[in-house]
Amino acid sequence: MDHVIEARGLAKSFTGAEAVRGVDLTVAAGEIVGFLGPNGAGKTTTLRMLTTLLRPTAGAATVAGCDLVADPAGVRRRIGYVAQGGTTNPSCTVMRELVLQARLYRVPDPHERARDLMARFGLTDRPIGSLSGGQKRRLDIALGIVHVPALVFLDEPTTGLDPQSRAEVWRHVRRLRDEHGTAVFLTTHYLEEADALCDRILIIDRGRVIGEGTPDDLKRRLSGDIVTVEIDGDPRRARATLAGLDAVREVQVTGGTLRLTVEHGDRILLQLARALDAGGVEPRSVRLARPTLDDVFLALTSSEVTRAA
Amino acid sequence: MPRDTWLIFRHQLRLSLGGWFGLVFGVLQPVLNLALFGPLLSAYLGPGSWQVFVPGVLMQLALLSAGLAGFGIVFDARFGVLDRQRVTPAPRTALLLGRVLTNVVVLLGQSLLVVAVGFAFGFRVPIAGLLIGLALIVPLAVSLAALSYAFALTLRRQEMFAPMSSTVIVPMLLLSGALLPMSTAPAWLDVLSRATPFRYAVEGLRAAFAGHYASATLTGGVVVSVAFAAVAVAVGTRTFIRWNA
Ligand SMILES: Nc1ncnc2c1ncn2[C@@H]1O[C@H](COP(=O)(O)OP(=O)(O)OP(=O)(O)O)[C@@H](O)[C@H]1O
Ligand SMILES: [Mg+2]
Repeated sequence: MDHVIEARGLAKSFTGAEAVRGVDLTVAAGEIVGFLGPNGAGKTTTLRMLTTLLRPTAGAATVAGCDLVADPAGVRRRIGYVAQGGTTNPSCTVMRELVLQARLYRVPDPHERARDLMARFGLTDRPIGSLSGGQKRRLDIALGIVHVPALVFLDEPTTGLDPQSRAEVWRHVRRLRDEHGTAVFLTTHYLEEADALCDRILIIDRGRVIGEGTPDDLKRRLSGDIVTVEIDGDPRRARATLAGLDAVREVQVTGGTLRLTVEHGDRILLQLARALDAGGVEPRSVRLARPTLDDVFLALTSSEVTRAA
Repeated sequence: MPRDTWLIFRHQLRLSLGGWFGLVFGVLQPVLNLALFGPLLSAYLGPGSWQVFVPGVLMQLALLSAGLAGFGIVFDARFGVLDRQRVTPAPRTALLLGRVLTNVVVLLGQSLLVVAVGFAFGFRVPIAGLLIGLALIVPLAVSLAALSYAFALTLRRQEMFAPMSSTVIVPMLLLSGALLPMSTAPAWLDVLSRATPFRYAVEGLRAAFAGHYASATLTGGVVVSVAFAAVAVAVGTRTFIRWNA
């Protein structure tokens, strides 16, 4: 498979602080990859290294087919970058900013392209200072893809947006990939965003990648599924019945509620019901819940805490 | 690169002209200086004093206008405009030179305004002298703007840009002999003054306006200003093409 990012041991230390400590990552052509981590994890620093804005203190990377350190100009020609805190001058207008950007990338018909992007992103030509947060963010993204790059970096594209605007940005990101095969590497704090949008997720904490996989993978691998069984009467019998099953990893009992951690909850549900039936237990309800990425994230980062301590 | 420089120049110039308020304010202080102090000087020293005073006011204008150019890049950096441009294929040198060129054009426009106001008060200058003087302002603007950008980008605490710049600009203005000629200064002050490039620029301007086209003073002003501009552009370029900024 073609890779648009291949980074090995990427690291950056600022005076007195290691912001990124040896990140390995690959992103395939046309893939949407989420970079998920708490404040200060090193997401922006990693992106700024990959976009030629910061020189890595260690490590190497090939971005869009060009070596990051040997050929930064080649990297710049082929990527788009939308920075975290916005990218526009409030006293400039939408059209002018788009046209200049198109010209800097040598887009053949800059005005045509600017109008096209304005229509696509639902923007009108106004002073940028008068745009709403959502409009401004859409303009940032439009500026980042003016030249239809093979790879675009989005640093927290939806932070501070309301649910509608966020969904709107997601729609644009998907469309970008579907129509142009653009690979997207985006950072986010929102687990639900990574879950909804990304083919693959990297979890970063304190400068290190601490988890990687598809959203489903991560959830399954790290927490299993949760089955909640509520019964009337004595839970001990139910517990004994269920704990004997191979697929059940763990059983917690609180009053009349049993919380089971299981592998492949969807497949095992019927087996559970049969076992309960055979054991003469009549459950009031049986519910299957997939762990959210929050559960995964908390599990991962708290184990990091214990390891560090 | 010339194309990208031109693109940035045009874009920045439009933005500057859109903020005409800032342009007028930039020139207001020198013009007030001319209008409120110049006549007094003329009363003491005779009408010939305009020949000495207007070049000084132009120096003041250059320091305040091009010398504070870095203020704009503080905002460009904060708004993320600069980083966005630094990730485009445009050479980073073009991002600097386009901006510097804008400051040159703006300063020339403002200088013409100062000359026009001076004219209304009785300042007279031969056309050739005026043209040479304006040409001398070009390297001056280039060096001030380039250094100002480099300083603004190197500064860790960017809110300190304005106070720190004024701390440099005011002594430079005094040492250049823009306000009062250095010819009567005590020796130590004269030496200090000669250590700044602005002294030569001001004296060169005065020589040009006085019609002394073949004088060593004018040649000195041109040579020092051009050399200073070359150094300043080198410094500015280094700052702009650095990875970490
Ligand atoms: N220029 C800098 N100088 C010194 N330290 C820095 C610099 N930039 C970032 N850091 C530090 O590096 C660490 C990682 O910062 P980074 O901005 O990459 O985090 P992040 O994951 O993007 O966080 P957020 O989600 O808040 O945007 C932080 O501890 C930050 O304080
Ligand atoms: Mg960040």
